[in-house]
Amino acid sequence: MRTRLRKWSLLLGAAAVLALPLTSWAQLTQFDLAKTLNAESHVGNVTGHAKDAAAPYRRYCVGCHGPLGDGEGENAPWMDAPMYQKPRNFQLGVFKCRSTPTGTLPADQDLYDAITRGFDRSNMPQWNTLTKQERTDLVAWVKHFSPRFATEKPGAPIPIPPEPEVTPERIKAGREVFARVQCWKCHGVQGMANGPSASTLTDDLGRPIAPFNFTDGSRPKCGDTDQDIYRIFMTGLDGTPMPSFADNIKPEEAWDLVFYLRTFMSQKSKEKELAKQLALKPVDPNAPAGQQ
Amino acid sequence: MRVSKYPRLRKLVRSATSALFAALFLVPVVLTCSRPANALPAFARKYGLRCSACHESWPMLNYFGQKFKDNGYQLMNDRDAPIWQNPGYWPVTFRMTPMWHRVSTGKVDVDTYSSGGLTGLSAIQRVTSSGFDLSGLDFHTGGTLEKNFSFFLLPSSDSTGAFHFETVMARLDNLWGSSWLNVKLGKFELDNLLSEKRILTLTGNGGIYQLYHFIPVGDGNIFGQMGDNQLGVEVMGHSWNDRTRYSAALLSSNDGTTQLAYGNAYTGFFTFSQAFDTGKAGVQRLGFYAMAGDAPTTWITQGGGASLYPGGALGGNAATGNKSFSREGFVGQFYFGPHLDLQVVTQHGEDSAWFGQGFGDLIDGVATGNNVTGTTLPVGAQNPTWNGVLLEPHYVYSPQLIFIGRYETIKMSQQANGAGYLGVGPTGITGASPSNLGNITTYTIGYRYNPFMTSRAGFAWHNEYNWLHSDGTGPTPGSNINTSELLLGFDFDF
Repeated sequence: MRTRLRKWSLLLGAAAVLALPLTSWAQLTQFDLAKTLNAESHVGNVTGHAKDAAAPYRRYCVGCHGPLGDGEGENAPWMDAPMYQKPRNFQLGVFKCRSTPTGTLPADQDLYDAITRGFDRSNMPQWNTLTKQERTDLVAWVKHFSPRFATEKPGAPIPIPPEPEVTPERIKAGREVFARVQCWKCHGVQGMANGPSASTLTDDLGRPIAPFNFTDGSRPKCGDTDQDIYRIFMTGLDGTPMPSFADNIKPEEAWDLVFYLRTFMSQKSKEKELAKQLALKPVDPNAPAGQQ
Repeated sequence: MRVSKYPRLRKLVRSATSALFAALFLVPVVLTCSRPANALPAFARKYGLRCSACHESWPMLNYFGQKFKDNGYQLMNDRDAPIWQNPGYWPVTFRMTPMWHRVSTGKVDVDTYSSGGLTGLSAIQRVTSSGFDLSGLDFHTGGTLEKNFSFFLLPSSDSTGAFHFETVMARLDNLWGSSWLNVKLGKFELDNLLSEKRILTLTGNGGIYQLYHFIPVGDGNIFGQMGDNQLGVEVMGHSWNDRTRYSAALLSSNDGTTQLAYGNAYTGFFTFSQAFDTGKAGVQRLGFYAMAGDAPTTWITQGGGASLYPGGALGGNAATGNKSFSREGFVGQFYFGPHLDLQVVTQHGEDSAWFGQGFGDLIDGVATGNNVTGTTLPVGAQNPTWNGVLLEPHYVYSPQLIFIGRYETIKMSQQANGAGYLGVGPTGITGASPSNLGNITTYTIGYRYNPFMTSRAGFAWHNEYNWLHSDGTGPTPGSNINTSELLLGFDFDF
């Protein structure tokens, strides 16, 4: 009798331990999602309604993001890192490309821009052929998947000071910032995504993820204007190992870093020309701090 | 009135009731089974998108699919090159349609018999044929050879298995990094916004756009057929969201025939269109097209009573005496919310009077005239001209269920045999042709239901009815012909 009791206790205990991680994130159901169908979004003067996006979502998005927005669409099993990235799980309410500080929800405009721009090196195309109304409706639909949008407000967009003139001094200063905050650890000293940590990176869900390679002609995921690049390292890419450097880099230093990163990129630019004239060498990870 | 007193009526009422119940049962089943559409094979397998992402209803493209095509079958996500694909990926789709088909044609010349033997005379009567049939087989293979190098190859057979190359083209995309410059070379579909190659209907008369193939009765110009794939080079460009598009193509005037047939004649085809975001209604597009070119009327390597071109294997430069033709019109794609749209194409066409008199090459491959030195046009010969319009509304219940309608009418505005013409016209009428000779009116209705579509295969239950009326083309002078077709089939691809 005692043996049987012990066996059952062990079994139940094991089951409880195994079930513990499941409580950390509860999958929402269609029933739960029906309660948030009144979600709205506002982009410019257009108001989006989640309920109006059910058909477009089914037509364009559900194959990857799934009917529950959990990123488990029918094609998700075939998208494997590092070649592809898994579709976003909207239920988590965590988004890479934001104008808002790290840890906060994105603005509606951020989600709208993501739908419009798509994501390079992923299966998310540019949906700019859809009407503005359809895209704004889809923003509301994306929001209706996550309970975060019902309880939290999006963060305030970070301020971006006017872009200064590119000078040789600013590029050199950007190189120092690149060395100081150790961008090279992931992105490599020449921006080729081959830093010592590159092969170990995983996202918040434990999936392998590669740092951005500045040299292969790819466009940065969250936009390729100077403002977009500035925004990326001041807001971070939530859910990935790319943190926000808002507390470590001053705004003028951030612009310096933008200019330095441009020197890695294959596209022609004034920064590249200046770097050539300066005969800039890559940072030396083995040199003492401040002399890299 | 008591039904029971009238057995035939009772039977009729019972049949009608059964039919009504069947309809009441089937319609909800069809509607409720319209689940989300999955992906179309060749490209869907590559990109993991459902077919509904690119197709309003397969195979007709929506705006996103049009942009994908305009980008050279690329999503422009830096993962378009085949090097990013699993090496086992093979970009091929097979498509075929087994069907039941009924064709009924009025006023057909049929044999007459007497005492078990042919009388040698004919009679006019309606002929109806029905039975099971097959479409041809299409091998669609296309995609990218490398980023910004795309291709499409379509070996296609008729229903007997005889193959030809329907499409063979390679394309340089986004030259100098600009979406405004793309160059295509080979045999390809003209840049028709309402694509006949993606038509939603399959019958003989309804499975083509009459406007894209119209030739006046007796006219010898087969070269102005916008619906046929043509050999040539095309430059096209578009804005980043595809709202603005243009294309300019230089084509050989040979209706897609290889081996430098028909000599040195060229045709230009130009399009421009602009789309407008109209909010909840959708994106509306307006555009125009123009086709203008020359085509030969003189065959210089024949003689001695040899059969006229293209009966024999003639080399290049075998034809001269180029005469002109043109087709131009407007295109509109209008959307009225998420379910209803209307596609509109208009056309004004004109052929040289030489074509109007049968010089050139008839569509059946037998030329009726050779414009040799000294040939003159008969009195009263003039350029045939016509006007036409095509209206095609769709009701898209879901990407899996679409209802299709079409109305086309083409009216001759000037006959080739005008006032003063004294000869015998193509249908045996002496003197000027009747003003309505060759006019066409056609209606098509149908629906396509896709009970499933996956990223590996597609399947449509296709039902269609077409009716076509043609003025003055019957076997007796001045008589009209009505033809109707019914087609029920399984249109599948994988």
